[in-house]
Amino acid sequence: MGNTGVIPHHPHPVSFWQSSNGKKVVMAVTGAIMFCFIVGHMIGNLQMFLPPEHINAYGHFLHHDITEELWIIRGILLLALALHVTATVQLALRSQAARPIGYSRKEAINSSYASRTMYWSGPIVLAFLIFHLLQFTAGYIHPQAQFVAGDVYGNVASGFRVWWVSAWYIFALCLLGLHLSHGLWSAFQSIGCAHPRLTRCLKISAQAIAVLIVLGYISIPISVLLGVIK
Amino acid sequence: MKVTLKIWRQKNSNDKGQFVKYAVDDVDGEMSILECLDVLNESLILRGEVPVAFEHDCREGICGSCGFVINGVAHGPERATTACQLTMRHFKDGDEITLEPWRAKAFPLVKDLVVNRRALDHIIEAGGYISVGTGQAPEANGLPIGKEVADQSMDAAACIGCGACVAACPNAAAALFTGAKITHLGVLPQGETEKDRRALAMVAQMNAEGFGNCTNIGECTGACPKEIPLDVIAKMNRDYLCGSFQRRDDLPTPITPVVEGA
Ligand code: SF4
Ligand code: FES
Repeated sequence: MGNTGVIPHHPHPVSFWQSSNGKKVVMAVTGAIMFCFIVGHMIGNLQMFLPPEHINAYGHFLHHDITEELWIIRGILLLALALHVTATVQLALRSQAARPIGYSRKEAINSSYASRTMYWSGPIVLAFLIFHLLQFTAGYIHPQAQFVAGDVYGNVASGFRVWWVSAWYIFALCLLGLHLSHGLWSAFQSIGCAHPRLTRCLKISAQAIAVLIVLGYISIPISVLLGVIK
Repeated sequence: MKVTLKIWRQKNSNDKGQFVKYAVDDVDGEMSILECLDVLNESLILRGEVPVAFEHDCREGICGSCGFVINGVAHGPERATTACQLTMRHFKDGDEITLEPWRAKAFPLVKDLVVNRRALDHIIEAGGYISVGTGQAPEANGLPIGKEVADQSMDAAACIGCGACVAACPNAAAALFTGAKITHLGVLPQGETEKDRRALAMVAQMNAEGFGNCTNIGECTGACPKEIPLDVIAKMNRDYLCGSFQRRDDLPTPITPVVEGA
């Protein structure tokens, strides 16, 4: 190919969804939707520290009083999850293809552990999510105890009394925290919101929020194991 | 001092390639690593062997020709330094130094440490022109630009197109380079007119060339000899997003990428 020849154009443009930048915007938006759920769910869960009637009434409210709305929310979350995962898989394949021959030696000099392990933390959290739904929402898997539909408090307490359920829960939530500590900041970068002053603050807040979320969630299995919640 | 250079040798793109170790004696601490390769090459020529191919031109960190991965870091262990500026005093006597070419599908290997970086030129080309009044040079104070904006543009314009960002990125993404090129015109009033079209076209070209996707990790800016900040990537994403919403014309089509045209 000569230096001076006119290079022909491709017949097809690169659409928004075809471009990696577009997919990242989709990931940022869907990630934000799921983050809203994570916060809401945590606040709901913390009712475990109140007398059992509270969280049971809350469960009843969700399942019986706002049934239709709940399904709409579930639909949106499922769609967000599907898009987030689809974009991730496609981008991961693209990145893999972008470096067919790897380095014999490669040092990471400027990236966080969380950012480099997004491809690990994400799928493990997804696997946890499926297990978690089967255990506490559907009640299919509920080791060493009887799942009682409607008795949210009892189910949570009996579920977490099994040590490995709690351990798996705590492990997965820590990974979720790791995922969020990079993802919350990265989402802003992907939609083009950055500023030298803002970036610092965003990075710190992302980490602080991730820590708060992990603590909020794992406080429940820990309290069950310690006997604070019976 | 004495060092051992473990260098990737590959005759051409069809060759398989392998590492070959060379002992280099009487290395001076004030030599750059390129000069160290010069010394090695002279001895190779005297022995009737093929010298190591590597790119270089200015040897003062401004042209962007040089660059390879040194001990797992693009342009070597010093920050804000090109390979040509990396002096041997940063290594210890008896060190084994691994030299590898940039590895990316979009950068096909030419020979030894030389890769074809035309994909980056394609991205610049896709950016196209800016509209300026021709004729007499305009009055210098006719178009006031705030210092902060001028600095931002100038910082982005410092990109020398070396490709280290692609090499350092675990995804082999060219986001930092493309972001720098989009930012240095995009923030200025002169670049305002074609801002949307330019972002769309450069991003399309970047994608067509087969670079990976940006995961906002930050390895690129750590390896960048000009310390281009990650903000330029956000600027690219912002301009691309706005351009995607605002456009009324057809999307620009990319030119045939290097990986397909070769
Ligand atoms: S952004 Fe930095 S590393 Fe990338 S091509 Fe430009 S100067 Fe080189
Ligand atoms: S030779 Fe010009 S930048 Fe290194």
